[in-house]
Formats: sequence, structure tokens, C-alpha cells
Amino acid sequence: MSLALRERSGGRGEAPTRPAGPGRRPGRSTARLAPYLFILPALALFAGFRLYPIGWSFVLSLYHTEGMTQSWTGLGNYQRLIHDPLFWKALGNTALILVVQVPVMLCLALGLSVALNSALLRWKPLFRLGFFLPVVTGLVTYGLMMGALLNQDSGAVNWLLGLVGLPEVHWLTDPFWAKVSVMLALTWHYTGYNAVIYLARLQGIPDEHYEAAAVDGAGAWRRFWHITLPGLRPAMLLTVVLSTIGTLQLFDEPFIMTGGGPDNATTTIGVYLYQTGFRYFDFGYASAIGYALVLIISVLGLIQVKLAKEED
Amino acid sequence: MARTGPAFRATTRGQVLLTGSLLVLLAFTVAPLYWLLIASTHNQHDIFGRPPRLLPGGELGTNLTHLQTSVGFGRVVINSLLLATTYTVLGGIVCTLAGYGFAKYRFRGRGFLFSVLLLALVVPTQLTIVPLFKLMVNLGWLNTYQAVLLPNLALPFGIFLMRQSMRALPDELLQAGRIDGCGELGLFFRVALPTMRPALAALAMYLFLFQWNDFLWPLVALRDPSSYTIPVALAALTGSSDIDYGQLLTGTAVAAVPMAVLFLFLQKHFVSGMLAGAVKQ
Repeated sequence: MSLALRERSGGRGEAPTRPAGPGRRPGRSTARLAPYLFILPALALFAGFRLYPIGWSFVLSLYHTEGMTQSWTGLGNYQRLIHDPLFWKALGNTALILVVQVPVMLCLALGLSVALNSALLRWKPLFRLGFFLPVVTGLVTYGLMMGALLNQDSGAVNWLLGLVGLPEVHWLTDPFWAKVSVMLALTWHYTGYNAVIYLARLQGIPDEHYEAAAVDGAGAWRRFWHITLPGLRPAMLLTVVLSTIGTLQLFDEPFIMTGGGPDNATTTIGVYLYQTGFRYFDFGYASAIGYALVLIISVLGLIQVKLAKEED
Repeated sequence: MARTGPAFRATTRGQVLLTGSLLVLLAFTVAPLYWLLIASTHNQHDIFGRPPRLLPGGELGTNLTHLQTSVGFGRVVINSLLLATTYTVLGGIVCTLAGYGFAKYRFRGRGFLFSVLLLALVVPTQLTIVPLFKLMVNLGWLNTYQAVLLPNLALPFGIFLMRQSMRALPDELLQAGRIDGCGELGLFFRVALPTMRPALAALAMYLFLFQWNDFLWPLVALRDPSSYTIPVALAALTGSSDIDYGQLLTGTAVAAVPMAVLFLFLQKHFVSGMLAGAVKQ
């Protein structure tokens, strides 16, 4: 969404010219057609395997599915959604992860990027490499790895807690701690990615700004507040929007680590949608859940972009 | 420069403090992956032994053999490799062509079409999964490679990445080629493509990673265990009532290590490419 915005705001200035002026050479009509031919494969695939299913799932969401039969129900699935406690629970779980995990992760990423950009830090390449490594680890891979590490009776994490005298934690079997586990896994996986996005922006802030501020007597904290943070704004908007979309669609981590349990404590909307569709084969209701999710994502995304614009 | 005195000492203290605390954070980040590697060389009993094993054991071969008998792991790895490689080549072509078209031509509908591509990002994968599944059933493509590959070939992020990189290519270069009588396709291959190597490396790495790690769609599209990819096979293993963590974590390590190695080699291209896609203004 922020990407689309960027296209509108930044696209005009450097827009390329149309190839071949009028009547310059016989190949003019092919030159006109050329851009369409270049984007044709992508558009055809996109229309067939993305737009068409998106439309179809809306139609599906208007039907009641039972076994192999379908019957028209209009907005029935959406009405059912409003009165479905499990949907609200899934929405609440997703919202909680969004409200708690995303800010924590982005603050961590911010601190990490400032540290990685600091002149005081040694062995920078090592750190950049290490902190980015989780990003290339697949969702299933790290979900399984985290699951084993957090294993209640015999996982390494509980052993470590025992070493420092803390009690065993029921990481994956207690409703509260299961949520914490999913959030820990998410933070482990995505912090480095966000930090690298921030770092790239930080490197674009001229040193002179900091030097001038230092000459004016601004301390480290004020320099951070008045130079670093404003400089990071575009990157922050990007990471907030991307994390919001990603969290609202959250599926793999809870599916792998907890299967949505215990007692649906980690059932996100994504997990609920999958279970409805592919465990109970209620495709109509699953599609309605999906459309509710699209609506929520769009509204939240628009609000974020709008808020960011107003502050400018 | 004076190497003593309070200012220097303050700096070194800052250095030690900052580097030290980041080292601790790094340990927390890397430890799970190290533990995974070690775990793949132990049997279940030792994996969960106390204290946790920190040095490699001798069970890697046994774990791999068990994986082969329980999920046909050799075939599964080949599936993953074949799918990821084919996806990288085909997806790379589709995304590069589209990125070039969007970056280097001005045409009717350009802004609209590009926005549609990007807006599709807000649509969760799970929503299209149901109709896509039905579509594949109707086409008779369930359990086939094309069912896994085709839906994601036109990856919006890939197109965006290539478009951003192609924009840096000066239009004068293309115009000069046109005056010399070079066709539009020739311009793409002979002028644009050779300058795009770093971006292509980033795209290839991204696409390979995407397909190698993709889980939900392969899980739905591949119903026959002999066509499973690594993540799907691993998820199937966890579904059994008696999970053998020796097998499971060995399979997990096999999924993680190639990506980590690839990343080590292509690190520079990959990170800068990701950034070009993410934050270029």
C-alpha cells in the first residue's frame, strides 16, 4: 500500500519517454505495443491465478457449502461471522499480536540499526550477517526449531530458565505463554529484516547534520530525537504497514508451533480460515472470513497511511 | 592522535560496551540455529538431554535414513530443488520482463496496472487458496508442479524490485540503441539486461528462497506424499502421533543450511536488492 503511494508520488519526475517519435520509423506500431508485450506474461498469470480467484472467492462467500453441495445464502456467511465467537477470538488473538509484538519488534530493530550504524561498533560485517540470518530461515523451519527449543519438559529454554532459578514455563501448552511463544518466534525472525531497512535510511543521513547539532550543544539523546527519528520516518511507515499486513495474515508460525491451540489461544484469522476451508471443507464460510480479513487490512492500512500523511 | 587520556578511554569503553551488548544479542539470534545444527546429529534422547548437547554427535546418518523411510526424504529434497530452481528461472523471466516494461515505457494504463499489482499484496494468500484449489481440481492439476509454480510466477515484489532497478538505467542509452536500429526486444537483451546483474542476483535469491520456504500453497496443492516439498513433508511428520525429533530436526536443518550458505555467498547483492525494493525513494 505504501508502495502504491510511492509510485504515485515519485513516479512522475523520472518517467521515461515514449519510444520512437511519431512516424519515425516503420516499427512504430511494434514500439507502441512493446510495453504491453513485456508486461503481458505477468499480467496474464496475475489475472488468471490471482485476480480471478479473488473474484471467485467473493462469489463463494455468498454460498453455503455443505459437503459437496452449495446453496445460495447471500450475506448469510457474513451474518454468521458476526455471531461466531471463534472468529472474534481469532480476531482478538491477531490484534493482540499486532499491538504487542509489532511495536516491540520495531523498537528492537530501531535500537539495533542505530547500534549497527554507530562508529563505536566493531566487527560490523559479522553483526549484519548474523542478525539477518533468521530472515532466510523458512517459516516451517524456524517454527519447528522454536517448538523444540520451547518444549515444556525437555526444551533447552526451560533448562536455561532452571539454571538461573526460574520455574519451568509451559510455553506451548498454556494459553498465555503460547501467545508469547509465537511472538518470540516472530520477533526472532523479522527483527533483522526491519533493522536492515532502517540501517539503509540511517546511512543516508549526512554526518554533517550530527556534527552541526553536536556543535550547537545537542546531546546524544536530542540528536537521536531530532535528527535520527525524523530521518527514519519513511522507513518506519513502510515497516509499520508491512508488519501490519503480515501480522493480520499470520498463519505459518501458529499453525506449525501450536496448531492454533491450546484452547484456540493462538488461532489467528489466517489459521481459522485454513481450518474452516481445509479441515471442515466449508469453503463458503472460509471465503467470508478471508473477505473480512481483506476489509480489516485495507481499513487499517489506509488509516496508517493517512495518519502518516497528516503528521507531515 | 593521542591514544591515552579520558576522551580515548571513554571511546574504548563505549566500544566495548556497545560491541559487547550486541554480541550478547547476536548469541541469542544465532544460538537457535546452532542448536538446530547440533540437534540434527543426535537422537531424540540426546536432543532433549540435560544439559543440552553443544557438540555434534554421530547420529546424522541414522536420522537421514529414518527420514528416508518415513517420508521418502530424498525424493522430497529433489522436489524442493526442482521446484525452487524452475520457479527462479521462470519467475525471474516474468518479473524482469514486467519490471522493464513498467520502468522504461510510458503507456496507457501503466499507473493503474501497477497499482493493481501492489494492491493485491493486501489480499491474504489464504483467501485465494480455496478458489485456487478448486481451479486446480478443475484443471486436473492437483499434485503437479505447474499447480505449485504458476500462481506465484508473477510475484508483485519481484516485479517491483526489477522495476526499481531498471529505472536507474539511463533512457539515453535506450534511445541511442533505437537510433542504431535495434528492436525493442534487442534493447532489453543487449542494453538493459547486462547492466542488471546485481538486481538479477537479488531477484534470483529472493525467488529461490520464496519457493524453497513456501508452505501453505504447496500444502494444499500437493496431496500425494511423493510430490511433497521439504516444508510440507516436515509438517506431515509433526502430524504423526509419535514425533521423532531426531528425524524432524535433521529435516529442518537440511531445509535451513542451503539457504544460509546461499545467503553467505550472495549476501551483498541480496541485502542491497531487498533494500532497493523496499526503501528506494
